[in-house]
Amino acid sequence: RPMLSATRPQPQRVFSGTPGGQKPAKMPAVSKGDGMRGLAVFISDIRNCKSKEAEIKRINKELANIRSKFKGDKALDGYSKKKYVCKLLFIFLLGHDIDFGHMEAVNLLSSNKYTEKQIGYLFISVLVNSNSELIRLINNAIKNDLSSRNPTFMCLALHCIANVGSREMAEAFASEIPRILVAGDTMDSVKQSAALCLLRLYKTSPDLVLMGEWTSRVVHLLNDQHMGVVTAAISLITCLSQKNPDEFKTCVSLAVSRLSRIVSSASTDLQDYTYYFVPAPWLSCKLLRLLQCYPPPEDGAVKGRLVECLETILNKAQEPPKSKKVQHSNAKNAILFEAISLIIHYDSEPNLLVRACNQLGQFLQHRETNLRYLALESMCTLASSEFSHEAVKTHIETVINALKTERDVSVRQRAADLLYAMCDRSNAKQIVAEMLSYLETADYSIREEMVLKVAILAEKYAVDYSWYVDTILNLIRIAGDYVSEEVWYRVIQIVINRDDVQGYAAKTVFEALQAPACHENMVKVGGYILGEFGNLIAVVTVLFCHLAPCSSTFSQRPRRLSKRCCAMSWLVHLQQTVHNSDQYYVQTSEVVSPVPQATVLEEMPPFPERESSILAKLKKKKGPGAVSVTELEDGKREGGELNGGGERGPETASTPSPSADLLGIRSVAPVGASLSSAGSLLVDVFSEAGPAAPSAAVNDDGFLRFVCKNNGVLFENQLLQIGIKSEYRQNLGRMYLFYGNKTSVQFASFTTTVSCPGELQSHILCRPQLNVQSKPVEPLVEGGAQIQQVLNIECITDFSEAPLLNIKFRYGGALQNLTLKLPVTINKFFQPTEMASQDFFQRWKQLSQPQQEAQKIFKASHGMDTEVIKAKLLGLGMALLDNVDPNPENYVCAGVIQTKGQQVGCLLRLEPNAQAQMYRLTLRCSKDLVSRRLCELLAQQF
Amino acid sequence: MIRFILIQNRAGKTRLAKWYMQFDDDEKQKLIEEVHAVVTVRDAKHTNFVEVWDSLSLSFRNFKIIYRRYAGLYFCICVDVTDNNLAYLEAIHNFVEVLNEYFHNVCELDLVFNFYKVYTVVDEMFLAGEIRETSQTKVLKQLLMLQSLE
Repeated sequence: RPMLSATRPQPQRVFSGTPGGQKPAKMPAVSKGDGMRGLAVFISDIRNCKSKEAEIKRINKELANIRSKFKGDKALDGYSKKKYVCKLLFIFLLGHDIDFGHMEAVNLLSSNKYTEKQIGYLFISVLVNSNSELIRLINNAIKNDLSSRNPTFMCLALHCIANVGSREMAEAFASEIPRILVAGDTMDSVKQSAALCLLRLYKTSPDLVLMGEWTSRVVHLLNDQHMGVVTAAISLITCLSQKNPDEFKTCVSLAVSRLSRIVSSASTDLQDYTYYFVPAPWLSCKLLRLLQCYPPPEDGAVKGRLVECLETILNKAQEPPKSKKVQHSNAKNAILFEAISLIIHYDSEPNLLVRACNQLGQFLQHRETNLRYLALESMCTLASSEFSHEAVKTHIETVINALKTERDVSVRQRAADLLYAMCDRSNAKQIVAEMLSYLETADYSIREEMVLKVAILAEKYAVDYSWYVDTILNLIRIAGDYVSEEVWYRVIQIVINRDDVQGYAAKTVFEALQAPACHENMVKVGGYILGEFGNLIAVVTVLFCHLAPCSSTFSQRPRRLSKRCCAMSWLVHLQQTVHNSDQYYVQTSEVVSPVPQATVLEEMPPFPERESSILAKLKKKKGPGAVSVTELEDGKREGGELNGGGERGPETASTPSPSADLLGIRSVAPVGASLSSAGSLLVDVFSEAGPAAPSAAVNDDGFLRFVCKNNGVLFENQLLQIGIKSEYRQNLGRMYLFYGNKTSVQFASFTTTVSCPGELQSHILCRPQLNVQSKPVEPLVEGGAQIQQVLNIECITDFSEAPLLNIKFRYGGALQNLTLKLPVTINKFFQPTEMASQDFFQRWKQLSQPQQEAQKIFKASHGMDTEVIKAKLLGLGMALLDNVDPNPENYVCAGVIQTKGQQVGCLLRLEPNAQAQMYRLTLRCSKDLVSRRLCELLAQQF
Repeated sequence: MIRFILIQNRAGKTRLAKWYMQFDDDEKQKLIEEVHAVVTVRDAKHTNFVEVWDSLSLSFRNFKIIYRRYAGLYFCICVDVTDNNLAYLEAIHNFVEVLNEYFHNVCELDLVFNFYKVYTVVDEMFLAGEIRETSQTKVLKQLLMLQSLE
């Protein structure tokens, strides 16, 4: 291969243990006889291509060449056919489509030469084609090879079936393969392949693999002399045992005796099957796993022998290692963990369980991260056994330490799982406290689960309910975004149904609400609890402070309403959703200034018909609120009531449907003031939310339509509609995304991610310009259903790039992937500023530096209707100032952009020229980039 | 059961992809990219096991990736969550030792130029998503026998 060595750069060894080791000058043995020079040249050419284009050009040239060879008159010899098919395969593996050559590959199957057959089978296995004509030919070739009595060819054919595993192949060979597997004269290597080939067919088409006389003989393969045959056959036997335990139960005693022979053998007895001084580690693991399909052996002798094996394995773990190599300890521990799994599965040998626990306890402090991780994982299951629960609990300090110090998040996750599993009445307070403090720094990916776990533990082991209330409020304080509705409904239900905790709860939430910033969920819980048990005056004042950032599920803009009215409407809303009674609504909405203590906020009787079914059940038995561990667990088993399911609580009615909202918004939209004169205008402005073209690329089109409005349809194609409703206040925003499945088929694996462009490039220590937080959505969207997602947006500093929303889901089998620009633009954070003419021009002059101004002259693209222009400017978020500009045709606006760090004052002047159908747009802002960005955004709106 | 075996280099180029379950082409591509993304960011302080969380991809829910790095190559095996981590971790090493022996000091380029032979090695050691043969001696003997055939 002179060609190869010339083009090869210095190879990097896979084993770093042989640094700089040159390949021996002589040809490696593997290249003898079968070197396909043309293939090697082609691969070298591809590797030398400098660009993707060059690569494609080279490939196209090769494809044309191969096509002409295949079409040519001259019959190709086997070697050429093999070479070209192999080149096609290489091209396919590079990621290019191959639409010919299948027939040539099938032809290779009937060659007498191994190397040609091998390439033919490989091509078929990698590029399966459901072309029925070909399948028939392929099956024919396989049939010939299976009956060839040539073990090499038989293996190739069996590997092909195992790799493809199609229904057609199962139909053709499901009865043939068991025969090969148990025939007395079948070679060992063929038996290995046949066993696993049959396993594949059984998994894909269990109905076609009929049990029969062969099944009992398969079990006896566990006794086979050849360890490789046992290794392969045991996978098949395990799978068959899971499905037909009775038919295969004789495998238990055979597996125990095989295991016993391996475990008691010296480290070199098994020769080929000894791996780093460990006898047959993989086979041992497989045997132990097979035994986990069955209960402990009933036969005393068999059981005794097995217990002896397990003890030997545990003993070996304490022996000094026979090698310092990690391969040795890994192989040994693979068996140990599998043995512990079996011990836990049996859950009947207290002595073994405690020994297992002690062994895992040692691993908890091992220097290898892998072992610490696996020990935590394994201990989790030990904790649920009554025999080892106490033993597991003794490791609590180590586990808490792991939660605090482990670097790998998955190890911390396991530690948290274990704490949850080992929690009982005796240690609940400590564990809940540790989990709460971990929650403050926990990875976002696991917060929701952690919150749920804390909430469950707090309820399950609550002795006094004040502790429970404290815990849930802490939970909301620390990780409010991850506290699902179910969790905070639950605290309200419990408080309402237990009069001994009501006073404490009211006092505590009242105090919590005094904090300068409260999470929305805190306000909600506070709203309910104080609504029921609080003092009215306090409620109004305290709640109001938090209404602004929460902005609520109302579509009203709170700043357009009087303070009192707004706070009252929140309370009314609470009352209304709790009671679902129109009467209250009427009563309170009439009363704006007088305080309607008695009527509105009289104490509610305990939840009437809306309590959860667990509580209803408990109350029947023991009276309200008497929560016992077992019953809670029963409830969980019956339908996961604690975490949702069943009664969803009272809130559902208050979440507006997007369609209702899109209509509802009109009455409170910025143009609402001139509603009577602008009836048709509204339609114009909002009807632009027509369906957008489906596109996999970033969708700019939908994005621009939202510069001057906050609600509408962002995206729509045949499958999915995405509606948006958003509210902004100061530097904060909240966006509701409504994902509607337009099909009748479920979307699976539905995930959305929001990213801010530039965040990848920017230095990690720099603060982001925009902070967007979202909760994950439900992974399944049923046909015709709609799900909602809330994004909380915080503008840290001025920005120009909009965040991106990526949506992935599976529709049918196909993965859908979509990226949209979220319509979050800098103007969303405008506060309108009213000012007189004199002020305006004074400020205008102050902003006179060249970089503070941005100007654009552009052609009108939407007609120049005065009302439309006004509506758009108002939608922009600035104040539209009348009587400021000497020319009444011109529009003048003022506003302040609120970011977390600073305020940016902006002035705008739009001068239409109706004759020329042109505009001149001028912006002056106290920050230079902002004027340019606003100018760009706005120039595309008129 | 093994769902797939991947060999990738640090740049994300796939050197071997062996699938033991039905995936469509899009899914395969996505899995390849995700495995690369989750594996390459890990260092020696991390475990050799990766659970991939829902936020990345739901398709990993019941799978885990067991991987080992050799020079610039990542050998990754995706298995069921209940499978024995250490057994598969050592199965990777066993496989790499066979490759090393077969290709006489294996390097990445051996896998590129002899891609069709690598599949043969895999099929000798793993089949239908299960471990078929673990003895290096037996596998190498068989491979040398096949090598001698025309």
